[in-house]
Amino acid sequence: MSAVASPAGQVASGARARTLNRIVIYGLLALFAIFYLMPLFVMLVTSFKTMDEIQNGNMLSLPHAPTFAPWIKAWSEVCSGLTCVGMKGYFWNSIKMVVPAVLISTLLGALNGYVLTKWRFRGHTLVFAMMLFACFIPFQSVLLPMATILGSLGRFGVTLQNATGFNFGLGNSTVNLVFVHVVYGLGFTTLFFRNYYEAFPTELVKAAQVDGASFFQIFRRIMLPNSLPIIVVTVIYQFTNIWNDFLFASAYAGSGDVMPMTVALNNVVNTSTGVVEYNVNMAAAMIAALPTLIVYVVAGRYFVRGLMAGAVKG
Amino acid sequence: MSTVAETQIKLTPEHDARPGATVRSWLQDLLPKIVLAPSFAATIVFVYGFILWTIYLSFTNSKTFPSYDITGARAYQRLWRWTFESDPPSSWYTSITNMGIFGFLYILICLALGLFLAILLDQKIRGEGVLRPIYLYPMALSFIVTGVAWKWFLDPGLGLEQTLHQWGWTSFHFDWIKNKDFVIYTVVIAGVWQASGFVMAMFLAGLRGIDGEIMKAAQIDGASTFQLYRRIVIPLLRPVFLSAFIVLAHLAIKSYDLVVALTSGGPGGSAWLPSNFMYEFTFKRNEMAVGSASAVIMLMTITAIIVPYLYSELREKSR
Repeated sequence: MSAVASPAGQVASGARARTLNRIVIYGLLALFAIFYLMPLFVMLVTSFKTMDEIQNGNMLSLPHAPTFAPWIKAWSEVCSGLTCVGMKGYFWNSIKMVVPAVLISTLLGALNGYVLTKWRFRGHTLVFAMMLFACFIPFQSVLLPMATILGSLGRFGVTLQNATGFNFGLGNSTVNLVFVHVVYGLGFTTLFFRNYYEAFPTELVKAAQVDGASFFQIFRRIMLPNSLPIIVVTVIYQFTNIWNDFLFASAYAGSGDVMPMTVALNNVVNTSTGVVEYNVNMAAAMIAALPTLIVYVVAGRYFVRGLMAGAVKG
Repeated sequence: MSTVAETQIKLTPEHDARPGATVRSWLQDLLPKIVLAPSFAATIVFVYGFILWTIYLSFTNSKTFPSYDITGARAYQRLWRWTFESDPPSSWYTSITNMGIFGFLYILICLALGLFLAILLDQKIRGEGVLRPIYLYPMALSFIVTGVAWKWFLDPGLGLEQTLHQWGWTSFHFDWIKNKDFVIYTVVIAGVWQASGFVMAMFLAGLRGIDGEIMKAAQIDGASTFQLYRRIVIPLLRPVFLSAFIVLAHLAIKSYDLVVALTSGGPGGSAWLPSNFMYEFTFKRNEMAVGSASAVIMLMTITAIIVPYLYSELREKSR
């Protein structure tokens, strides 16, 4: 694009200028690639080094004798505060929280999007706008009431436990976090599906209706089979957001063996008892980063699409 | 689309004219609303209700536990007084000053860098498919991971400074992360690293959406590359600027994790943003009313940015 307008007379100098131009562009692009890759690279190589090598060697050098010991220690031994049981338990906490939260919020988002586009009623725009605005609120403005409610539900759960021997999930941190993430993720999932179904031909729904198909039949047989792309986008978006959440996790499951991965990682890194084992910290950080990185590598296109859909509203 | 045809055939026998049909069709009419109701109710209660609750709390004298006696706007008066308490700076003064510095630089640099990279990548680059994901992957990481990585990288004794010393540049000095006057700039660096690739992707999508004919016409008219971008391309990207600004402003005001993971709040809380202020005052310093008031102020700030934007977007759509 840059050198299209080179008249015939200056072909030689134009070609030279163009080569120079290309070199500068590729140089800059490579420089920025290094900028973005550097922290990940440092994290990765450090996680395979021994402490000796970290203290005496160069941060950027590759490990002389790569060792998996830091990863193993991070997974099964590392200390978070005073408990030294590794990250594995917290990893599963995150999984147990993420999977139901993603599934429920995606399903509800699909149903909401379906209603808001194909079964419109008076005031549907207002309902949508109110749910959309909820995407943007700083969660600090709901943090405290939610903590109060979850606290009372927890106490109620204890009462139920004593009365019936079963607490119905009340007071369970994972259940609490699933609930919180579903509630505050609904705005986004509804937005995604609503915008997708907006472009879906309404005639098909009308035709099925004329043929006597019910609300749910249309949803299950017509809408869902045609929603694969947006389902992937939504699932990835929700998965990344919920896995990476720190604020809710630290407020409602901030200590003990119920912590999700992000909180545990932060605690591990800030645990100041004994020698700080940077290689183990880096391995722990890599373990926390891997699930979302893998999703990104496998389905990057959908990941970007989700971010864009979340960005370009309405 | 064959599935649709099949379903239609299968579903035809459902029609009937029994007396219950009116009740059924009435239920059918109501069903969509019933399906939407739980989500909407949850939004009303857990978003708007809770916001009102927080506003209510900010007018009480709640300390460790919520108290429900309205005692006036004392929390706001304290925040207002702290706003001007710059010597020694109050935590609130530090937080909002940091918000200003961080918000301004973060948004500006992300926009500039994102646009710059998008324009570079749009020059028919070989290997674009490799470079784009490299620029963008930080967005997939949690702020905690980003914070941990940059904390290590910027640590004077371990990271960049140490490395350059080993390479022979012994006078190099970079201890911002431990310096209370500069620690907020390290948050900017890590934040830009994380989000600028995403802004790049937004601009790139915008650039690809521009009609090639316009560009060709301008080139035939003898416009230089620089002029082309300044006078034609960048003005055409206005909507992208707006979207990116909204996303970044919203991310900036919500930033909490990054400060915690990267700086642990910085020396003496010098890296706090209002979100950290809120969390610390509410849960650690037992000043619940003040924490709530600061949350309300954050909410108002975001509302002032978002509502006009959403309003215009939704109105445009329904037109």
